[in-house]
Amino acid sequence: MSQAAVISHAAYAEHAEALGFWRKYVFSTDHKTIGKQYLGISLFMAIAGGFTAYAIRWQLAWPAAGIPGLGAITPHAYNSLVTMHGSIMVFWVAMPMLLGAFGNFCIPLMLGADDMAFPRLNMLSVWIFFTSALVLLASFVAPGGAAASGWTAYTPLSDTWTSAVWGQTMWLFAVALEFASFLIGGINFLTTAFTRRCAGMTLWRMPLLVWDEIAASVLFLLSVGPLVAGAVMLLMDRLLGTGFYDPSKGGDPLLWEHLFWFFGHPEVYVVALPGFGIMLEIMPVFARKPIFGYRTIIYSTIVAVGLSLIVWAHHMFVSGMDPRLATPFSVTTILISVPFAIIVFAMIATLWGGSLIFDTPMLFVIGGLASFIVGGVTGIFLGSAASDIYLHGTYFVVAHFHYTLFPVTFFGGYAGIYYWYPKMFGRMMDERLGKLHFWLTFVFFQATFIPLFLAGIGGTPRRVFMPSAYPSFASLQPLQVMATVATIGLIASQIPLVVNFFSSMFRGALAGRNPWRANTLEWTVDSPPPHGNFPDPPVARRWPYDYSVPGAASDWLPQVAETNPPAGIKVQRAS
Amino acid sequence: MLMSWLPQNVSTFGTDIDSTLRLIIFIVGPWFILAEGLILYFAIRYRKRPGKPAVHVRGETFRQAAWVLIPGVIVMLLDFSIDNASGRAWDEAKIESPAPALNVQVTAERFAWIFTYPGHTGAFDGKGTYWSMGKLYVPVNQVVRLNMRSMDVIHSFAVPNLRMRQDIVPGRTITAWFEATRPGNYGIQCTELCGFDHYKMQGTLVVLSADDFAKWRQKHWPSAPAIAINSDAEGANK
Repeated sequence: MSQAAVISHAAYAEHAEALGFWRKYVFSTDHKTIGKQYLGISLFMAIAGGFTAYAIRWQLAWPAAGIPGLGAITPHAYNSLVTMHGSIMVFWVAMPMLLGAFGNFCIPLMLGADDMAFPRLNMLSVWIFFTSALVLLASFVAPGGAAASGWTAYTPLSDTWTSAVWGQTMWLFAVALEFASFLIGGINFLTTAFTRRCAGMTLWRMPLLVWDEIAASVLFLLSVGPLVAGAVMLLMDRLLGTGFYDPSKGGDPLLWEHLFWFFGHPEVYVVALPGFGIMLEIMPVFARKPIFGYRTIIYSTIVAVGLSLIVWAHHMFVSGMDPRLATPFSVTTILISVPFAIIVFAMIATLWGGSLIFDTPMLFVIGGLASFIVGGVTGIFLGSAASDIYLHGTYFVVAHFHYTLFPVTFFGGYAGIYYWYPKMFGRMMDERLGKLHFWLTFVFFQATFIPLFLAGIGGTPRRVFMPSAYPSFASLQPLQVMATVATIGLIASQIPLVVNFFSSMFRGALAGRNPWRANTLEWTVDSPPPHGNFPDPPVARRWPYDYSVPGAASDWLPQVAETNPPAGIKVQRAS
Repeated sequence: MLMSWLPQNVSTFGTDIDSTLRLIIFIVGPWFILAEGLILYFAIRYRKRPGKPAVHVRGETFRQAAWVLIPGVIVMLLDFSIDNASGRAWDEAKIESPAPALNVQVTAERFAWIFTYPGHTGAFDGKGTYWSMGKLYVPVNQVVRLNMRSMDVIHSFAVPNLRMRQDIVPGRTITAWFEATRPGNYGIQCTELCGFDHYKMQGTLVVLSADDFAKWRQKHWPSAPAIAINSDAEGANK
């Protein structure tokens, strides 16, 4: 790093000392504080999302009983709950947790930078995001209730036909703000990764989490534009009387479906890639072994990003689009199993020959991987256009996407929390509570969604107020009850996390710089790192996964280590 | 095992959709068991033990990466075999549309299904049409074509026993077909969220034997156009 950078860095650190409470903890430009703010908001929104899950599940199991804590609900309110559950969990939990929190916290630290490329823009992104969450939550008490046309907001239901007149408009504003926030964040991630890497940090020495965060950001930037345009057109239809989606005015509802899913499917990967990044980052540390096939994983990720842009119509096989389009989209969809299979195989191969330490972060990584595989293989059934005719719109779809998104968001996110908590707060989380949290979450997660696969194979449609109202599916009602009991268990399983998270801030053992004996750069500085991160600009002398190198003094060689093999800024190649 | 959860199939193309499902289970099942089994086995076999350091394998050489790339290639080849079976079953159900023995107009309206049978001229708005609320009567072993339209929002016409599902988009007339192979009553559901009473939007498919259908027609739809029904079976639909 240049002399000027060092000087400005010193000035920055000095400046940080003078910051008052508000600038330090609330309106902060420090990427670490912003990461924690994203984490806090996402965990708070997860409580809201969890509550909607509980209310939905209770209604499905015991429709006549009335929901404890909420009372009896109308079918319209049920649709609102379903809509808000999906929206909250994808846009206000998964994205802020996996991109906002871990992207912001880890990228500059892992790259040896003092902050993001645009710290002020970063602060803007988190405050826009905060505003979007407020708008969304406020819509619960809007006249007519919250949006009720599904998180996919298919027109014309979300247009002239919804009774949630205010709620639907607020939903659109909230989503638009959320997109703006993550657009700004994504630009920041990319710029940081390409301009703020420390000396020696070549692209091929970047940790996989950074690769996955920037791959997700690129994908988000590529896919979100059409949907923002689509959302503006929907707002105009709702507020100004235009007819982009209204057939009586020459519009077409299928236009919305295309625009939505052109974004909506890549969005799954925007969330999944950072979740994988966290798992890929943590696994070698607790296997004491290099990640298997670093570059194979990166190339597979790039292929997955490319393919994910040409699969969207698999959500629309039976939508009324030209049926001749189905098979091409079916082929690309099923083909995306290849890069993901390779990444999964690489993770399994990383375990082979390791010296596995089952601390809480590792348990969540392995549990997340094992669960994600279920989501992966069930995706083939839906990617095949023929079998999708039967399974589309059933509980099979619900179980499938929960098996993909829950492992990356929660298993991946929790692994990240347990792993980086010492760096964020300077203290260790409690291992016993952590393990309890893992096992309860793992078991109740499976118990929630396995019955829903069966309900879906039986044909039960999703998004219904009362599955028992269908004579043909009445015999499948016990599956709904099982899933509900397990959901309540799953939510209760999060109590150890809450206790652990807050009590460890004060009572946890002091972490020191590198409690996990990990190689990446964030572990070379104090926990928590000071404003400006690195007292002296670091130099990366090797890739991040030199674990158990034969002949080395310890079973880990940090990226800054000069010994064996000697320093050099050439790409490290395998022997 | 999983297949036993499916409701009984009563359509011609349903057989091929079910065999696609079976093929996918057959292909992904072993991979699933292998992957989960390896994770479990490695987790036990390679847990940390004193004096047993991890091996330093990067998987960066082609020789090593082949351990994940070759299975990747096999997955791709298997994908193509799924594409092949799936493509054929899809074409049968959604693209090749055999000549119908009976045309019915399906009108989807929040939150009901209305089935209209054509009048003398074969048109749905002329004299002698017959309409039925929520019940679709069809003869067994005859090709039925549905001309579907929606009066308001997007609906989806789904009959799990027929392995049939088709969204109905306002502003378009969407055609679909099926041939039921077994008399009986089967549930019809709307499977695209269409508003507050979406869950009440149900109907019944009544598949009648040739004789029963003739009796039903005599009683309810005497104006049936001659061209619409070919009661001496087999002829029109093959």
